[in-house]
Amino acid sequence: MKFGVVVFPGSNCDQDCLDVLNDVIGQRAVPLWHQETSLKGADAVVLPGGFSYGDYLRTGAIARFSPIMRSVARFAREGGLVLGICNGFQILLEAGLLPGAMLRNTGLRFICRFVTLRVERTDTPFTNRFEAGQTIRLPIAHNEGRYAADTKTLKAVQGQVVFRYCKEDGRVADAANPNGSVDAIAGLANERGNVLGMMPHPERAAEAALGSSDGRLIFESMLEAYAHA
Amino acid sequence: MKVRVTITLKPGLLDAQGKTIKQALESLGFKGVHDVRVGKYLELELNHGSAGATRKDVERMCKTLLANPVVETYRIELGS
Repeated sequence: MKFGVVVFPGSNCDQDCLDVLNDVIGQRAVPLWHQETSLKGADAVVLPGGFSYGDYLRTGAIARFSPIMRSVARFAREGGLVLGICNGFQILLEAGLLPGAMLRNTGLRFICRFVTLRVERTDTPFTNRFEAGQTIRLPIAHNEGRYAADTKTLKAVQGQVVFRYCKEDGRVADAANPNGSVDAIAGLANERGNVLGMMPHPERAAEAALGSSDGRLIFESMLEAYAHA
Repeated sequence: MKVRVTITLKPGLLDAQGKTIKQALESLGFKGVHDVRVGKYLELELNHGSAGATRKDVERMCKTLLANPVVETYRIELGS
């Protein structure tokens, strides 16, 4: 399977994604410069974390107008797998490929630590290797991770929530919600399920030596989905 | 023509910065601060003809890029 990892000016998790996909998962992954329009035949696209365009104006607000994003949007419309991690999630929201928006963390701090997540859906191309209700550990590293949406949107996306921040026993609680996200939403898919945005970083937790290898299952789920497509 | 655009979070959304600033004002002894909302302020210089056309253009800029309609509102003021 071939992955394309988009590189914006200010991306800083692109190399980690390429490393995991090439060397840990053993697939082929190539960088896609934001000014290109070709996805180079990628079977899946990853929008990595970082600070595209310095987070100027709003996170993801300028990156969404990069030439490559037109191709990514078309690819998503055609059912292609698109994974947005952290800043990649913010870009997907700004681009309207996922509903809602990201606001500054309630505590006004940049948070960089492991969190526990509950896997809410295992029928997506990104989570088929997980068990229903499973809790996993992944790191977050963001300043703008408070997911927000209006009441109507929130009601409509309930079935699209893929990850929620939770306590170690899997219960959702305010104390386990690091950034004030509404409904403890940490990861959200589109209606069709082929686009996933998530604030936690699976590429930073794909090998046991890094404290958790739970993130690896996300990429392996994509392989599984691709193999059975 | 100079155009001023003010962008703020929609009412009802928690403005964490505004809340913190309000608490800071209170702790400094300033009384009667009911609410503080923090926003962005932009000054644009445009070479347009009529005020109507300018406003329409800036309106489009706000909707396309400057504000995120999901969580923000904007106010446009035309200057001299």
